[in-house]
Amino acid sequence: MGLTTIDWVIMAVYFAFVLGIGAALKRYMKTSADFFLAGRSIPAWVCGLAFISANLGAQEVIGMGASGAKYGILTSHFYWIGAIPAMVFVGIFMMPFYYGSRARSVPEYLRLRFDEKTRGLNAVSFAIMTIFSSGISMYAMAKLIQTLHFLDAPFRALGLPQAWIFHTGIIVSALVVLTYIYLGGLTSAIYNEVLQFFLIVAGFIPLVWLGLKNVGGWQGLKTTLGPSYVHSWVGMANPHTNRLGVEWFGLAMGLGFVLSFGYWCTDFLVVQRAMAANSMAAARRTPLIAAVPKMLFPFLVILPGLIAIALPTQAPPIINGPQGSAVSAPAGQGLIPAKLDATTGQPVCSTTTAMQLDYDLAVPNLLLHYFPTGILGLGLTALLASFMSGMAGNVTAFNTVWTHDIYEPYIHPGAGDAHYLMMGKMATIFGIALSVAGAYLATRFNNIMDMLQLVFAFVNAPLFATFLLGMFWKRATGHGAFIGLLSGTCAAAVHHGLTLSEGAIPGIKGGWLAVIHNYPSEMAQNFWTAIYAWTTCFVVTILVSLVTKAPEESRLVGLVYSMTERPSEGHLSWYKRPIYLGAMILAATVLLNLVFR
Amino acid sequence: MGLDIRLPIGMLFTIFGIMLIGFGVFSNPALYVQSLGINVNLNWGIVLLIFGAIMLFLGARAMFFTPHSPETPNAEGREPRR
Repeated sequence: MGLTTIDWVIMAVYFAFVLGIGAALKRYMKTSADFFLAGRSIPAWVCGLAFISANLGAQEVIGMGASGAKYGILTSHFYWIGAIPAMVFVGIFMMPFYYGSRARSVPEYLRLRFDEKTRGLNAVSFAIMTIFSSGISMYAMAKLIQTLHFLDAPFRALGLPQAWIFHTGIIVSALVVLTYIYLGGLTSAIYNEVLQFFLIVAGFIPLVWLGLKNVGGWQGLKTTLGPSYVHSWVGMANPHTNRLGVEWFGLAMGLGFVLSFGYWCTDFLVVQRAMAANSMAAARRTPLIAAVPKMLFPFLVILPGLIAIALPTQAPPIINGPQGSAVSAPAGQGLIPAKLDATTGQPVCSTTTAMQLDYDLAVPNLLLHYFPTGILGLGLTALLASFMSGMAGNVTAFNTVWTHDIYEPYIHPGAGDAHYLMMGKMATIFGIALSVAGAYLATRFNNIMDMLQLVFAFVNAPLFATFLLGMFWKRATGHGAFIGLLSGTCAAAVHHGLTLSEGAIPGIKGGWLAVIHNYPSEMAQNFWTAIYAWTTCFVVTILVSLVTKAPEESRLVGLVYSMTERPSEGHLSWYKRPIYLGAMILAATVLLNLVFR
Repeated sequence: MGLDIRLPIGMLFTIFGIMLIGFGVFSNPALYVQSLGINVNLNWGIVLLIFGAIMLFLGARAMFFTPHSPETPNAEGREPRR
């Protein structure tokens, strides 16, 4: 693949700006509140763009393109059902408690509302999770750099072994993220996320534009791919009549309610961006502002997948073969190559002997297919930016939770502000060091990563029940929340252990206790695992709360809906009022679902 | 926070725009066979330059002509905390 000087210069300019922002913000980092909360001084639109950009990591840009190629426009459910309603809910109903409670993090809210043990449980599981997520992000980025082969020529010219490309990817990305967060804290992360947001949009719009022009627009996609790819609701009545393999109820409850609300409403990674806002009204607008681009992202990240698979089958620019060997790959579909086994180089076939496609290469191949040198540099920079924004989001969330929710209460209480500021900076360093270790762990043991992600899913699924009861039912108690969370996690594990998706082998995919039910797809199994976990946590929390001592009402002011004054927003112009914004966003989402039904 | 984010964004996109326009004008037209015969560097460079210029203008206006950006906490009712 031919990168020329201009592509390298574009990348270099971008990295100079990323580091420059960190350096320019250094002099404002005086207190721990500056470092962890950006001094609560960021305007709403900046927080809003950072809110989605932190989520716009590798999984999104590469993964949603891959899902677009695999499932078609049904992938939009992950946005229109799986994100927008939850984002509107967190802005209108939950942000007043997060922002108004004086909590500096989500676990700290749990301590204020419930008790120390609930907070500790949440803080520790969240801290471990962020480290591994950022490690996985780093691993995916280094892997992509390797697959794209754009460092091959410079490495040859310098006489360095090709195997070092992977290490260089990891080390450079770690150092860049470390530098700008160490210097400018959360502000630096937020500012860079906004920059990354615009860069990703600028890199992907021309890609989609050229692709659509080439395949004859949406009409062209419809005729080439057929109805199963271009409808998001037709066939959702039965899991066997749509590409996702999920029925509408599992989708709406599992993805739309439990998983989506669990992520957008309780994950400190995104909530932290809103907590940095300069006022309560700005904090509430943050997720609502974020919802507008989020609603339109399917056109940017899913359409490339559909375009890649709709193009006439041809030799794709890159394939993911075993290292160093020239493979003559069998034809895939469109621009997407067949998936090759990492060691043998032979195509991977599923149990039904159908050839599997390497969907993750849909977006990179499309980029290389359409972009000549020049704009190719911009496109690649956009990809790198998306990986770094996902990583940086995890790192800032980690250093805050570590310092405020683990170090300060349990390891070294009562120290001065300067000490905790220093600890936050140290946490950034060892957080990134641990992520690098996580990235290398992923290269050695692929199953460990799958297993960890599974455990995270078990831990996360019930969380929203705890927050919902905590914020809207003043009778919910600390013991109830703690036992509810643990039983929800256990319910998730047991459900996973007792069920299996069609064609899967018992083990990491489920059924490790016994198989009493078969789901039509892995996705359906995941959604139902979440539904069982949430319901168990919800019911157990209520039951245990009712038999334990009610919390004192005076303690709940500002933490529970019925005990808190509504924030007055009558003086704001209508377009700044959360309730109107939320209603408009929901209406637009319904409209999009109708158009692409 | 002291730095208006629109300034670095504006600068970055202005630089990218100028670079792509310059490269688009002087590059070999044969390069654009893969992008359906469209000179994407020139076209998209113009868009990026316009966007960059708008961001620079907004950022500079907020920095030099108003002592506070229009959205200071006090303009929104609630007192900022801590």
